Amino acid sequence: MSLSRRNFIKGVIAGGAAASSAAYLFRGAGSLFGQTSAPGSVERLLSLTVNGQTRRVDVLKQETLAMTLRYKLGLTGTKIGCDRAECGACTVLIDDVPHYSCSVLTHTVRGRRIVTIEGLEGPGGVLHPVQQAVVDEQGFQCAFCLPGFVMAAVGALKTNPNPTREELAHAVSGNLCRCQDYDKILTSLLRGAEYMRRTT
Amino acid sequence: MAVIRDVMPAFELFQPTSVEAAQAVLDRYGAGAWVLAGGLDSLDWLKDRIRRPQAVVDLGAIAELKGIRERDGGLEIGAMTTLTEVVRHPGVRERYAILLEAAEAAASPQIRNQATIGGNVSQDARCWYYRAGWPCYRAGGNICYADTPDAINREHAILGADRCVAVNPSDTAPALIVLDAQMVIRTAGGGERVVSAEDYFVGPGIDITRMTVLEPGALLTAIRLPRTWAGAQFYFEKIRDRQVWDFALVSVASAMTTSGSTIERIRIAVNGVAARPLRLRAVEAVAEGRPRNEATAVVAANLAVEGAQPLGFNAYKVPLMRNLVKRAIRGVEAAAWTS
Repeated sequence: MSLSRRNFIKGVIAGGAAASSAAYLFRGAGSLFGQTSAPGSVERLLSLTVNGQTRRVDVLKQETLAMTLRYKLGLTGTKIGCDRAECGACTVLIDDVPHYSCSVLTHTVRGRRIVTIEGLEGPGGVLHPVQQAVVDEQGFQCAFCLPGFVMAAVGALKTNPNPTREELAHAVSGNLCRCQDYDKILTSLLRGAEYMRRTT
Repeated sequence: MAVIRDVMPAFELFQPTSVEAAQAVLDRYGAGAWVLAGGLDSLDWLKDRIRRPQAVVDLGAIAELKGIRERDGGLEIGAMTTLTEVVRHPGVRERYAILLEAAEAAASPQIRNQATIGGNVSQDARCWYYRAGWPCYRAGGNICYADTPDAINREHAILGADRCVAVNPSDTAPALIVLDAQMVIRTAGGGERVVSAEDYFVGPGIDITRMTVLEPGALLTAIRLPRTWAGAQFYFEKIRDRQVWDFALVSVASAMTTSGSTIERIRIAVNGVAARPLRLRAVEAVAEGRPRNEATAVVAANLAVEGAQPLGFNAYKVPLMRNLVKRAIRGVEAAAWTS
């Protein structure tokens, strides 16, 4: 049986041993279950609403949403590029608004609706119109930045479903593409907007 | 700098639901406490381990700090209102469009969705020697690493430097100064203090380790926009290397009223040139009562940069500031320049 890194991480998380999967990342933070709590500070165990599901998860106080999504919940579609709010790869929707998940403390989004790239597809694995458009237009080269771009575009289309190319460029201006593929990316995202208007 | 190591070092996290409760935590932890608004400035410090607070106080759960309300014919903006909310507010658009422009010029869309106006005016200096944890004047030491013969100081101050040559990075600050915004502060003792935007920012002469008048334990709760400059003729321009993310090299904001072609009243402020955003009072005095034309703009712009002392790599800021002041007074061809 071949063991990919992704399946390994998912397997460990499914086994309920989030602590061991994350230990290499969270070293230096003290023992995972040994973090003391001052009176009045937040509870470590919290419920997150991610992609329509309520997930119970043990979250360090200093943990960012990108870390929680990737290493506690196994949602590795959200990428970490710069971890500095400077690249956009980690963009997710929080209450329909695009945010850099690397720059959000997970504890600050308790009770809010989080949607990641994994949450876009419809029942039966039907791609979201923007995802389908990216496939149709072959919008990306290496596509590391794709989840961030798609989430930023989906968020922007919720407030402006019929953007001009310039407006959409402005809306995804907080995302970088190292392949410099911006023209094709914009074309595919615009096509996605068109697909969305057709389906609604 | 941007090396991913792992998550930040541990801290206690508090999410109070009232200003009083927040201040109680700040009081309890003293110098070990850290105030978190949108978090964009804060998390850099914490991820770099330059600052290691014991307790972080997240203001995000305090309802009274959020939202924009009508007040005395003007607007009151809660300190925890995001820049996107400011940009989208119809009252801001109709009466205080310069604040919309300034807020929209900040950072990137995702950052504006999360960053707050209170955080924007209270953020720390971006000098990379300081941010990298060098023991400079601003960090409590006794040297400025950016003001040495071979220092990299392209983005530093040209005016009024006093030991520290860092500049104020806020985009909304000059707009708030020309709007005569009033900053509402809850002092550590629980009292309310209101200072004008112009006086909210402090230079090294007052306290070299702070950017604002906020004493430890004090919180900015709201920003009031008075009626005074509502609907005036505005000009805002921010010059930066990239049109997204970057802080201003130099920015300018002006508000004026004219009668015929004569400038009746004017307020003008610049940022990115000194440790605090500067209101150019001498320029205002010269421009008022004069015709709004090239000649007035040239006189005013030359006056604006008088006394400028560039460092090794930032002499370009002198003509840049001069030209921005010129434009802010005489205007430019419509829509030719957008930020």
